[in-house]
Amino acid sequence: MATIPSSAAAVRPTTATAKSTLLSIRSVAKSFGKNVVLREISLDIAEGEFLTILGESGSGKTTLLRIVAGFESASSGEVWMGDERLDRQPPYRRRVNTVFQHYALFPHLTVEQNVGYGLRVAGRPNAEIVTRVAEALGKVRMTEHAKSKPSKISGGQQQRVALARALVNRPRLLLLDEPLSALDANLRRQMQVELKSLQREVGIAFVFVTHDQEEAMVMSDRIALLRSGELEQIATPREIYSRPATAYVAQFIGHTNLLQGEVRQGVVHCNSLSWATQLPEGPVLFSLRPESIQVVSAAKPATPGQLRVRGRVLQQAFHGATELIRVQCLGDLVLTVRTPSGTGIPDEVDLEFSAASAVPVRPSAGRN
Amino acid sequence: MFSRAYKTIVTAPPLLWVTVFLLIPYLLMFCYSFWSVSPAQTIVHSWDLANYRTLFRVNVYWQTLLRSMWIAARVTIFSLLLGYPLAYFLSFYAGKRKDLFYQLVIIPLWVSYLVRAYAWKTILGSDGVLNTLLQYVHFTKHPLEFLLYSPFAVVLTLTHIYTPFAFLPIYAALEHIPRNLVEASHDLGATPAQTFWKVIFPLSIPGVVAGATFAFVLSLGDFLAPLLLGGPSGIMISNIVVSLFGAAYNWPLGAAISLCMLALVVSLLFLSERLEKKWSFS
Repeated sequence: MATIPSSAAAVRPTTATAKSTLLSIRSVAKSFGKNVVLREISLDIAEGEFLTILGESGSGKTTLLRIVAGFESASSGEVWMGDERLDRQPPYRRRVNTVFQHYALFPHLTVEQNVGYGLRVAGRPNAEIVTRVAEALGKVRMTEHAKSKPSKISGGQQQRVALARALVNRPRLLLLDEPLSALDANLRRQMQVELKSLQREVGIAFVFVTHDQEEAMVMSDRIALLRSGELEQIATPREIYSRPATAYVAQFIGHTNLLQGEVRQGVVHCNSLSWATQLPEGPVLFSLRPESIQVVSAAKPATPGQLRVRGRVLQQAFHGATELIRVQCLGDLVLTVRTPSGTGIPDEVDLEFSAASAVPVRPSAGRN
Repeated sequence: MFSRAYKTIVTAPPLLWVTVFLLIPYLLMFCYSFWSVSPAQTIVHSWDLANYRTLFRVNVYWQTLLRSMWIAARVTIFSLLLGYPLAYFLSFYAGKRKDLFYQLVIIPLWVSYLVRAYAWKTILGSDGVLNTLLQYVHFTKHPLEFLLYSPFAVVLTLTHIYTPFAFLPIYAALEHIPRNLVEASHDLGATPAQTFWKVIFPLSIPGVVAGATFAFVLSLGDFLAPLLLGGPSGIMISNIVVSLFGAAYNWPLGAAISLCMLALVVSLLFLSERLEKKWSFS
């Protein structure tokens, strides 16, 4: 069907992943008139991978998903699935299914008919439709609602039906556009777990779009963080948290302290602090996670290799198992520190952190 | 929230209006339909069903009623055949020109009914635009007579006049369909044609029912188009009612026919509402 144009080889990224690549997004850009929504996005999705596209509203994450699904066409760039060029195909020819943000269940059809829709339009024999629909409904525990109309079931149940309707077609890739955003917090957490285990079970690659960084951390194999149409970083949740590439990533995912410093002759100077480094000369920006900083007693001698500052507690916020305290140190340095809950915090504290836990990050354009 | 006095003041005028100009006249009509006219041309308060019997026994009445329904049915079908594709195109494919096209559909409604009816007269007449053209291109030697003063002319004119009424509810229903349902259908592998028949059309049925009802009910009661363009073979039931209340001076029979039509229309509206409810999902 699809012929590979000669330019394809040039665009194909050279990075090889351990698992075989299922979908390859190559230099995809999109603009609506003068409004640039996506700039040169390239990323590969492996077979069976759970990839989350994370970003604020307006970051272009939904547009990217819609380009893969075929509801939008890219202004430039290509989308490949195996050796088949996807972006030239209409959505109904792509072996990709979508779970829509507001489920988009057909209101005039029953749950069962909704789930069977894809098989029916594909002209599958009736007996096969019946068994596969029953199986899919069983998998999402919706068998008893098979004959109900979508308006008669709850949001969480509609969510499951939408999932069954997509999965019953055995797509090679499932796209999920903020599918949990309409659910309340408890149900949402429950669905996160269910969705993740379902993905493991069916072994289909998921591309999951969300603006919720916690959700992304809990569910994903890898997270692609988009910002204003650009890919800031793509990495595993652990990596993206512990080694954020940019100041934006560090701030978007979890809490962090950004420290502005300068490297002179192999030494970082940052406010009153300084430590040896291998970084090149010049201004430098560090991300320091609140949990990398410890509150220590003033009497305790300084631990070798640790940096130590003293400061006054400005604010204390309770977060359950931990508390976040804001400490005004020497100069204009304000640090956020995570401490276990319940420990008495004096007005003046001594703080310690290791130089290694201060991760150098690229400054982000616009704001940081 | 609002005081009793305020509610009374606001609702009284329309209620009074409906009572004086609708309810009482209908009640009078109802009474008239049982009365009769004496040979001396006075109304006799006789209270029997003679008028209703006449309606079903005298051929010209029930045949004209049937013909009117047949004309209205054809108008309905043609209005839907024109209005649906138009509404579908506007709703799904007109893009930025949607508003312009919409206005173009609506504008004819601002033009006087009479002007539109007379326009057809000048088009369809024996030395009208159409016949002149057909003779000029030697399609026919003599003017085609069936064009004007025929049921054909009535159906054509009424279709022209009532297509916007069929179009509007269909358009509203199509606009109401969430576009993500169309995307979901494509996503699940349905071609555009399958998507139309399995998703778009079923969800637009309430609009089709409402549009059909408009076209049918409005053309069933029409009397100007048959009067101006119908000729003897294109007479409709309303023309008979008009003449019974006028020159023929048989108000009781006119009232009986009117009430039968009212009953017909009310039951149609009832049926249409039931159908719309059955096919609407929110």
